Amino acid sequence: MNKMMSDKKVIALYILPSLLLLLTLVYIPIVMTGYYSFMKWDGIGRMEFIALDNYKELLKDKMFWKSVYHSFLLAVFSVISLAGYLAVSLVLSGKIKGAHLLRKIYLIPMLLSSVAIAQLWLRIYHPSNGMLNHFLLFLGIDDPPNWLADPSIALYSIFVPIIWQYAGFYILIYYAALKSIPASIMEAAIIDGANPWQLAYKIKLPLIAGVVKVTIVLAVVGSLKYFDLIYVMTGGGPNGASEVIASYMYQKAFRSFNFGYGSTVAFSLLLICVLVTWLIRKLTRSNEEIQY
Amino acid sequence: MSGKTEASLSSFRALGKRIGMAIFYAILIILAIFQILPLVWLLFFSLKNNQEVFNTPLLALPSPPRWENYVKVWVEGDIGRYFFNSVWITAVSVIFTVLLASFATFALTRMNWRLKHVVLGMFIVGLMIPVHSTLIPLFGFFTKLQLIDHPMSIILTNIGFNLPITIMILLGFYHSLPRELEESAIIDGCSVHRMFFQVILPMTSPVIVTTTIINMIYNWNEFVFVNTFISSEQYKTLTVGIQNFIGQYTTDWGAIGATLMISVLPILIAFFFLSDKIVEGITAGAIKG
Repeated sequence: MNKMMSDKKVIALYILPSLLLLLTLVYIPIVMTGYYSFMKWDGIGRMEFIALDNYKELLKDKMFWKSVYHSFLLAVFSVISLAGYLAVSLVLSGKIKGAHLLRKIYLIPMLLSSVAIAQLWLRIYHPSNGMLNHFLLFLGIDDPPNWLADPSIALYSIFVPIIWQYAGFYILIYYAALKSIPASIMEAAIIDGANPWQLAYKIKLPLIAGVVKVTIVLAVVGSLKYFDLIYVMTGGGPNGASEVIASYMYQKAFRSFNFGYGSTVAFSLLLICVLVTWLIRKLTRSNEEIQY
Repeated sequence: MSGKTEASLSSFRALGKRIGMAIFYAILIILAIFQILPLVWLLFFSLKNNQEVFNTPLLALPSPPRWENYVKVWVEGDIGRYFFNSVWITAVSVIFTVLLASFATFALTRMNWRLKHVVLGMFIVGLMIPVHSTLIPLFGFFTKLQLIDHPMSIILTNIGFNLPITIMILLGFYHSLPRELEESAIIDGCSVHRMFFQVILPMTSPVIVTTTIINMIYNWNEFVFVNTFISSEQYKTLTVGIQNFIGQYTTDWGAIGATLMISVLPILIAFFFLSDKIVEGITAGAIKG
């Protein structure tokens, strides 16, 4: 048995197809992006090595830093909304009739394509005929804003559908984690006289701390690399007001055909994601690994 | 007297509890409405003409509902072709992803080799890597292989980028399979391959269904790769196709609504019948990752 399961040829046959695809489509491209980031390259002509010039330009590039700021702002909003999802899940996992159905309804937007969501919300935000302004006019607000064209609110206007898209996903995860807490622990706490608030704060939350940590990483990294809705709804506009790192990279590489500089932005995106993941894991290490 | 206060206190508490529950239900239901209302509105305006979109109440059906919007975009907008492309590209991608991921998970959980934890780690880290950090080299890579503007580029990237999540979902299930089964299969003289195809694969069918559904959703909705690698109309999938189509018909609300409804309908139908499996897949993938 052990001999058969240690046969190198058989192992290679089973693991190599997946591993080769992962290497050629994910890992090698990352290394190449790093390599291109030191080049001047339009994607067609010859590459020219320019050492750190792209990075020097990046440091001075106001639009890049603006997009970094917007991406982090989205991350902050996503993490704050996690608290809301957690509260909803605490309620939902209690004795709520229809909880099973509700969490499925919450999930529906997450299953739709980003393009469909973006196009739908473009209509919702439509200045004269959209659902939102229709409703605001009905309420007697005569001059409702032009949600996506006004640079001061365009970014926040896009945050709403992003949160709409992912709310059900996080509620689902928290709900599953809360439901997996053994009943015996809850019963013991209730016998000891814990009230519902104490149950939530002292028992449930610490027990699902590991899952909360995972969702924080997911929400932050997901926000930092977020692209789809922003690209379709505003393309980063108006005038860069909703530009994020990924949309800026896309614009530099595939619209301005500046592949060298686009790679610099893309590689910075990767470094930022890795760094932030590492930082969150380090900061939350203390409350790891709770066994029950 | 003290009994009386106690009784009124407890009835006060009961009332408080009921109000609390009412508030909880209200919050949960408002959230559900917020999640579902845009889609209901979409359904309504997909059945109206512009006149009716602008002048009738938001959530009212025109009489008669204009189903011709759907016929019109399906025929004129070539939505049928995009739809067909989405179907076959999704199908091919899903079959290969689930099969290759099953191979890999089998090797990662059942076989003995030195680097297996490193390889597993690479798949786990693969979950976190931003697609955009790979896009430029992939574009160059597919151009060199003459796969740019070819469906193969989409199928390959679909497989490569969904392998990690698929393996994560499979892992938990494979860990729970009893080893005795393999042992007895091998004692009976089974080869590793026969054991995998005749014993392991059939036993993992519940989780194969889950991963298939999750992969179907992800591939159906894929946008960035198609948008970057595919330029000719004949290979575009629904996501990019509707994006272009809507770009041309920005003023016809009914046509836009019908197009969007056609693109989301397969997912909504799948959800209606398979929601438990979808919930299971999403939860497993997220928590393992």
